[in-house]
Amino acid sequence: MTPSYEEFERVMTERHTRPVYDKLRSARVAVAGLGGLGSNVAVSLARAGVGELMLVDFDRVDLSNLNRQQYEIADLGRYKTDALSERLARINPYMKLTARTVKVTAENAAEIFGGFDIVCEAFDRADRKAMLISALLGECRGTVIVSGSGMAGYLSSNMIQTKRAFDRLYICGDGVTDSADVNGLMAPRVAICANHQANMIIRLILGEREV
Amino acid sequence: MIKVNGENRDGFAGKTLSELLCGLGYKELYIAVELNGDIVKKDSYGAVILKDGDCLEVVSFVGGG
Repeated sequence: MTPSYEEFERVMTERHTRPVYDKLRSARVAVAGLGGLGSNVAVSLARAGVGELMLVDFDRVDLSNLNRQQYEIADLGRYKTDALSERLARINPYMKLTARTVKVTAENAAEIFGGFDIVCEAFDRADRKAMLISALLGECRGTVIVSGSGMAGYLSSNMIQTKRAFDRLYICGDGVTDSADVNGLMAPRVAICANHQANMIIRLILGEREV
Repeated sequence: MIKVNGENRDGFAGKTLSELLCGLGYKELYIAVELNGDIVKKDSYGAVILKDGDCLEVVSFVGGG
């Protein structure tokens, strides 16, 4: 049986304290891309008690995703927005979830993400990361983006860092390992990078602007 | 003199942002640029004319997610 909202709130408040939980619960975060970064970021934010997530991805779950993304065999062929929404609802049934199964472009980015103060950039291709950041920071003056860049292979975990690149742009990753050049993406470093992003997002929600 | 990621660069005043980026080896597709604290939209790189004292921050992205 699903625990009641009151039971959820009690354990979250006991763990985080009331002021912290209240800030997390009233926070709204958009996740752009639901691959290895975005699916892991979303799961961590759901577990932490973030009140509302918007999930954005146009793609379906493929067998090649299962080495690092929060999907399973039964999800193959489903839209990532559908599969991840269900998974998140099983983790935190009282979080508000919206999903947009759409390809983000420079033209529609502001319309999709404009209502969100915090956006997690979790695309896979470098040109799409650069596109989203340039479009959103240019058009949405209040938006802060937490991006991921450089998490392929199995080099040292300790190369992965969170940096503040612009006033409203944080970048997590090692900054150099391109998925096309090294030994492909593997679950541990992708999840490390994703959780750098998730933690920076939680810091922003709780009023911390420094990395 | 134009400052790019904290380093002074000569010879780009009066040139476009695209010319500077190309001259310094950046690939426009994979970067985001701030000029004097404001983000530059990607379709404006060819139209922005740089002037002495401008301050640029250029961030390059790599693939994977």
